[in-house]
Amino acid sequence: MNGRKQTVLALVIAVTALALPFLAPDYRAQIALLWVMVLFAMTWDILGGQTGYNSFGNVVFFGIGMYASAVVQRDSGLSYFVALFLGMGLGGLIAVAVAAVLGSMVLRMRGHYFAIATLGLGIAAAELAAGWDYIGAGSGMTTPLFPGAPGNQYLFFCYLFFGLSAVVFCLLAWLYRTRFGLALNAIRDNEDKAEAMGLRTGLYKTAAWMIAAFFLGLTGGAVGNLLRFVDPRDTAFAGATYGVWMVLMAILGGKGTLWGPVLGAVIFHVTQELLWTHLLGWQRVALGLIIVAIVVFFPQGLLGWARERWPERFGHKVEAS
Amino acid sequence: MADNIQLLIDAPLLIVQLLLDGILIGAIFAVAAYGMALVWGVMNVINIVQGEYVMLGGFIAYQMTLWNLNPFLGVPVAALVLFVLGIGVYYAIIRRVVDKDMFISLLATFGLSILMQQLMNQIWGSQVRTAQSGLSTWFLFDYQVTVSQVKIVAFVGALLIGLLLILFLKRTRLGQAIRATAQNPRAARVLGIDTDRVFAATYGINAALCGAAGAFVVMAYSVHPYTGLPYTVRSFMIVIVAGLGNLPAVILAGLGLGASETMAGFILGVQFQVAFVFCLLVVILVFRNTMLGRKRRYLK
Repeated sequence: MNGRKQTVLALVIAVTALALPFLAPDYRAQIALLWVMVLFAMTWDILGGQTGYNSFGNVVFFGIGMYASAVVQRDSGLSYFVALFLGMGLGGLIAVAVAAVLGSMVLRMRGHYFAIATLGLGIAAAELAAGWDYIGAGSGMTTPLFPGAPGNQYLFFCYLFFGLSAVVFCLLAWLYRTRFGLALNAIRDNEDKAEAMGLRTGLYKTAAWMIAAFFLGLTGGAVGNLLRFVDPRDTAFAGATYGVWMVLMAILGGKGTLWGPVLGAVIFHVTQELLWTHLLGWQRVALGLIIVAIVVFFPQGLLGWARERWPERFGHKVEAS
Repeated sequence: MADNIQLLIDAPLLIVQLLLDGILIGAIFAVAAYGMALVWGVMNVINIVQGEYVMLGGFIAYQMTLWNLNPFLGVPVAALVLFVLGIGVYYAIIRRVVDKDMFISLLATFGLSILMQQLMNQIWGSQVRTAQSGLSTWFLFDYQVTVSQVKIVAFVGALLIGLLLILFLKRTRLGQAIRATAQNPRAARVLGIDTDRVFAATYGINAALCGAAGAFVVMAYSVHPYTGLPYTVRSFMIVIVAGLGNLPAVILAGLGLGASETMAGFILGVQFQVAFVFCLLVVILVFRNTMLGRKRRYLK
């Protein structure tokens, strides 16, 4: 796909997305969650796909945003929207700070050690939140009621999350073309060589994680209000659902590509919404099977597979053999 | 927290109690950890589903008590069932990811662990289960320190399993083949070792070790479908600290982990005990990496 076709595609998607809440008004909550999933996959891919550092712990930043926003809404006494946006912003900033501190420690590890350390971080965060009385400990927190009709609540969040996804998508599309994006890819392809070429790899990795953390913090701050409650293990630091979904959606679509995570998130979310209600009590069994199936049979993802099949469409020059 | 420390200073025997409890459970951690080290060293796979195998072993022993059988029978039965299950899982899944990037096998076993959690939840329900062994409790120091006999039995059993494993790896043909494959799979294949079968056996033995450990866990402590992951993380930590293929170090690290975890659980409060395990994991990894970083190396 060349640049112009991509722009046309993006515009078509944007128009559809803007119209979608009115085309399917009954599914507004699911549409809002769809954009959350897209955000999950895109932010995960910054470090996971582009830099080659597979994190199981990005859900930490999401949870931080959720709690920050809930605490601001509970204690500040401001009106709904002011408190919401203030909380989201605060959540994003705290998440960035946490990413900077954690990143400077765990991002020095390579490969699977990083993956396991972040897995530990995610669960440690959940357990700590579940024991901290100020934020409601194990019973979690509830967020204030949306002012106005319930239908408008979902409409508001549909557009909020779509706007956020669009911003993140444009930012990443630009970022991956800059020297910064090239540096991330160099780290993924061969970190020792990248370092030998004089790249401050530690800074690049931490910065990449901080970008992901900021947008996950913002997302988390709003998702708390969409779901109306914050639970330490099941929504905020939900390693076994959101935490794995992020990884899975990015891999399903094709990690390390711009469109892959978006595609993967859409497919995953739609399938999940269609199937999950029929699988009451067996969702995680199904999720486990899906993970194993994708990882074993489809590790490159849809776009990775398509790129191998039709390399010329992705701008790779193919020698006639 | 300060109250709890004060309590420890006022009643030093409590420290003895905590250390004893910790050391006794630490031996069980060591068994699961040795299985993980085996799979990691031989197949280069980090088995995230480790803790779920432990839980499954526990549930099998619990099922024995439902059928009015002695739960101690559960130790060999759980080991046998999990050995078969492990071999099945190897041929169905692990075999296809064993030569790929380690993240792929990490994610595949993580998927398996999510699957098994809910499967166990569907079969045995979401209650915390224990199996009554029928053994009594010893009281030491004028009734101030209690030791349930089943914990002693589990401790001795864990050490025996470790001993049997060493003998197996040193003396038998299969054990030699496993060690040869761990050293150099390609050379082993050249010399006529069927590495595929060695991998299957290794994975099966790992699952069997976890099953036996789980049967002890359900008698001395308790099992729950969703508490497998802490056992995986404990095994992982023990292996990181002790290194691959060093059984005495694995046992020592297991005992140390058990003791420190019980102490932390008492001082910080039980609700933070799991958090402590996971924070300790991150701290150990960062520490190891920083120490290696001084020599311009890193964990990989």
